[in-house]
Amino acid sequence: MKLRADLKLISELVNPNARVLDLGCGEGDLLAHLQNTKQVNGYGLDVDADNIRICIDKGVNVIEQNLDDGLSNFADDSFDMVVMTETLQSVREPDHLLKEMLRIGEECVVTFPNFGHWRCRLQLLTFGRMPVANHLPHSWFNTPNIHLCTFKDFEALCLDLNLRIIQRRVVDYKHNEYTWLSSAPNLLGTVAFYRLGKNS
Amino acid sequence: MPSVIAEDSVGIVNSQIYSHTQPFTLQCGTTLPSYELVYETYGALNENKSNAILICHALSGHHHAAGYHSMDEHKPGWWDTCIGPNKPIDTNLFYVVSVNNLGGCHGSTGPLTLDPETQKFYGPSFPSVLVRDWVVSQSHLADHLGIHKFAAIVGGSLGGMQALQWTIDFPERVHAALLIACAAKLSAQNIAFNEIARQAITTDPNFFAGRYVENSVKPSQGLMLARMIGHVTYLSDDGMRDRFGRELKSGDLSSGGGVEFQVESYLHYQGRAFSKHFDANTYVLMTKALDYFDPARETGDDLVATLAPVKAKFLVLSFSSDWRFPVDRSREIVNALIEARKNVAAAEIESDQGHDSFLLPIERYVRILRSYLIRVAGEVGK
Repeated sequence: MKLRADLKLISELVNPNARVLDLGCGEGDLLAHLQNTKQVNGYGLDVDADNIRICIDKGVNVIEQNLDDGLSNFADDSFDMVVMTETLQSVREPDHLLKEMLRIGEECVVTFPNFGHWRCRLQLLTFGRMPVANHLPHSWFNTPNIHLCTFKDFEALCLDLNLRIIQRRVVDYKHNEYTWLSSAPNLLGTVAFYRLGKNS
Repeated sequence: MPSVIAEDSVGIVNSQIYSHTQPFTLQCGTTLPSYELVYETYGALNENKSNAILICHALSGHHHAAGYHSMDEHKPGWWDTCIGPNKPIDTNLFYVVSVNNLGGCHGSTGPLTLDPETQKFYGPSFPSVLVRDWVVSQSHLADHLGIHKFAAIVGGSLGGMQALQWTIDFPERVHAALLIACAAKLSAQNIAFNEIARQAITTDPNFFAGRYVENSVKPSQGLMLARMIGHVTYLSDDGMRDRFGRELKSGDLSSGGGVEFQVESYLHYQGRAFSKHFDANTYVLMTKALDYFDPARETGDDLVATLAPVKAKFLVLSFSSDWRFPVDRSREIVNALIEARKNVAAAEIESDQGHDSFLLPIERYVRILRSYLIRVAGEVGK
């Protein structure tokens, strides 16, 4: 099975036997991969009935739980890594969730679509229309993405919340990483990839 | 009664008896000189004896979980929707064992059995039986059948409690535990409902302090009332509204004459049917086993610590409209399993059928059960 490029990046950051929590785990590809290759003790949260069944087919520890209901059922520092890929923009309280992720986990990885990408800017500037792009395929009225942001917005929030940015990576909409993207991430990057830790 | 047996039915089945000829000391300290368990099996045990599934029944259940005892039988076993060839608990893949618990009234040793020492019916003097005792007695049956490790132990409600207890008391003997509409212990509200049911039974003038058999009567009225109360708590408000609404079975609301609502008629029917088939002392005994179940009590209410020795993986399922064993009770189990670093998958099934949902062929529920058990079948090998 070929792992999505961003999931591959994440799996490189996870140590063998680590405890991993995947928020919005989808079809469980990351956790299945980590269970098979690194023997992690992993759990995924999701609310989609099909996703949950597919996770069960794969033997992934999937828990039906809505991220908007919070994560108060998880103890402080109970995971080595908390992951949330392309989900931040669709939760009700992204700031609160980010804080919760680092309460529960030693580190976390967050990826989200960059609203500052030049295509988005161009569409709004020239046509005066809400942007629709490869990485943001929905129209304004049916998008699940209620909290879109840019690289710069996200970093400002991390500063506000006193979260440490360990690493920033920039990938295109197919989650491939090219060095030239890093030259101007907020303009050229379609998907933002952040590895975060706690500030001591 | 079936005119033909459906392809996905286990067909005609026979009950069997396991006789435990050794003394068996219960948690309460009383020793039964011997005991019998009545059970059924469906499917075939594989060569490695690795494909056995134990079905644990709930409060009013028994060993007859699937198929028919004869072509004259009115209804199939109580979980026929889920057990059979190509059904979620697939008898093409698994050897399914279903047992009537100790203290039951469907053939296993219980209040209706003669006490070999006194040659009288045990009746109300049948010793107090806990979930733990059931698990140990089921392990004796497993030994007898040559099953060292169950591929899965499956139970809804009180049955789920037995599956959970198995994983704690016999960590090496359970590969997977499926806890459905279950709880790690009853709430005060649950105990209250059970006590009302017990009071209904024990205050029936025909109860005779549990010695009704000797008096050639049955506390049918009390048992019926107990069942009616229980039944209401197994349904949901929405489910009852959809099913019965304010429909009348008879009478006229405008004159108020001879009115019987459909829901009343239904409860009377269910209560009466139950009182014919169930023993009052067993009902009292089983509700107490439910009330006393609390595996975390010994570790100072620390369920995570209680689960530490567990090796099984878990599937925990709950139903949105179940207010007797609500979704939150399942979440407590799931959270403790996660904290104890056990493998667990959990889903909350949308249903307006209340606690009874676990017995119904709800599409999403049935599909998840099947997916999970197909995975288990692959893990335990042929």
